[in-house]
Amino acid sequence: MKENVVIIGGGIAGMEAARQLLLLGYHPIVVEQKDRLGGHVGQWHRLFPDMASAQDLIRGLGEEISDANIFLETKVNSINRLRDGYQVMLSNGVNVACRSLLVASGFQLFDAARKEEYGYGVYDHVITNSDLEAWFNGKPDVRIPEVPENVGFVHCVGSRDLKAGNLECSKVCCMTAVKQAIEIKEKFPSARVWCFYMDLRLFGKKYEDFYLGAQQEYGIQFVRGRVSEVGETADGRLQVKAEDTLTGKPLRVRLDLLVLMAGMACNPEMTRLARMARLDIDSDGFLKSLDNIRSINASNRPGIFFAGACTGPKTVPETLAEARAAALDIHRYLQKGL
Amino acid sequence: MTDFGFKLSKSSAVELDKVDTTLFERLCEASPDARICMNCGSCGATCTAGPYSGMSLRKVLLGLQRGQDVRPLLSGCMLCGKCTMVCPRGINTRNLILNLCRIYD
Repeated sequence: MKENVVIIGGGIAGMEAARQLLLLGYHPIVVEQKDRLGGHVGQWHRLFPDMASAQDLIRGLGEEISDANIFLETKVNSINRLRDGYQVMLSNGVNVACRSLLVASGFQLFDAARKEEYGYGVYDHVITNSDLEAWFNGKPDVRIPEVPENVGFVHCVGSRDLKAGNLECSKVCCMTAVKQAIEIKEKFPSARVWCFYMDLRLFGKKYEDFYLGAQQEYGIQFVRGRVSEVGETADGRLQVKAEDTLTGKPLRVRLDLLVLMAGMACNPEMTRLARMARLDIDSDGFLKSLDNIRSINASNRPGIFFAGACTGPKTVPETLAEARAAALDIHRYLQKGL
Repeated sequence: MTDFGFKLSKSSAVELDKVDTTLFERLCEASPDARICMNCGSCGATCTAGPYSGMSLRKVLLGLQRGQDVRPLLSGCMLCGKCTMVCPRGINTRNLILNLCRIYD
């Protein structure tokens, strides 16, 4: 009989780990709160840097883990320590004994409405990065005008924000803004697009190429300055204020659409799990790895491992690589115990 | 005019959507690389005339996009071409400056 490994979270981290564990001869049990697998990526449209389809990624992973035990719309009710493992009680009444657990509970998209000065949920034409991806995927959105003339992107919404309790850089939003700005220009070639940033953090493979292309081929303008406030003009357009920190002058611009790059925040479900399994929480609120260089996948508890954004903001390839590393860690942990 | 003992200052705010960028667009036709400046400041730092005249190609390109008259800056350029050597985006800055001067003429 194949050994159980409980995976908490059915996003890309949980799915990739399940795939690897199946290949290694285990029986992964994926516990997902939502009614579908795929997490945040499952609601995305295209992924940088190759503009690959997010739906294809999720479909592909889903097909490869069809032999895993997948519980949708299920939560973990409790995790209790046994002599050589854990007893995990699920909200569907299932009780699993396992020697190893993988936490892949991911992040929560920062609630952009908390940055009240940006007017998300108040003004008619303010949306988030996530809303825009849903629209790219075909979901109608009345906030997006038929042909917007002027479009703005605000970087770092709820990231690098001490006051909002989220000091971390969310890593992916700069690149997502550049990607989405290009996609907007492709849909609306006559639109003028401005990206408001504090720093452009384009660290990954081919990210700088996107930045260069955005300037060179699409004429997207990058303004260094954080948007301070958004208001509405009498004719229902948005008026955005920022300082152009490179010229030292205040800027005002009227827009037809403003996209807020909401960052990655701690998932409350992760905090609940941490309490249940006595997992350490790091100073940034995310789960604390045993150490941040050699043992990112390891927790302070024997047999419990991490993968993906539960330990901090991650890109898709980083998350997938961590999931594979975690599967190997689990394999080695279980082998050693035999 | 009656002197009320106070005056109104003109706002220094730039109305980004109303700025006339015709000159910049014309420059981009002649030197498409004008678009790819990333405001690193290497050109201004290396500029021989910069410390004495305030010339900085970065300021010129940004000023054009903010509707400023950049001729006072440009007049400080001696066309030595040092900025071309340091630009990390490989912009032919000297040629770009010459093109801009032609547009102003």
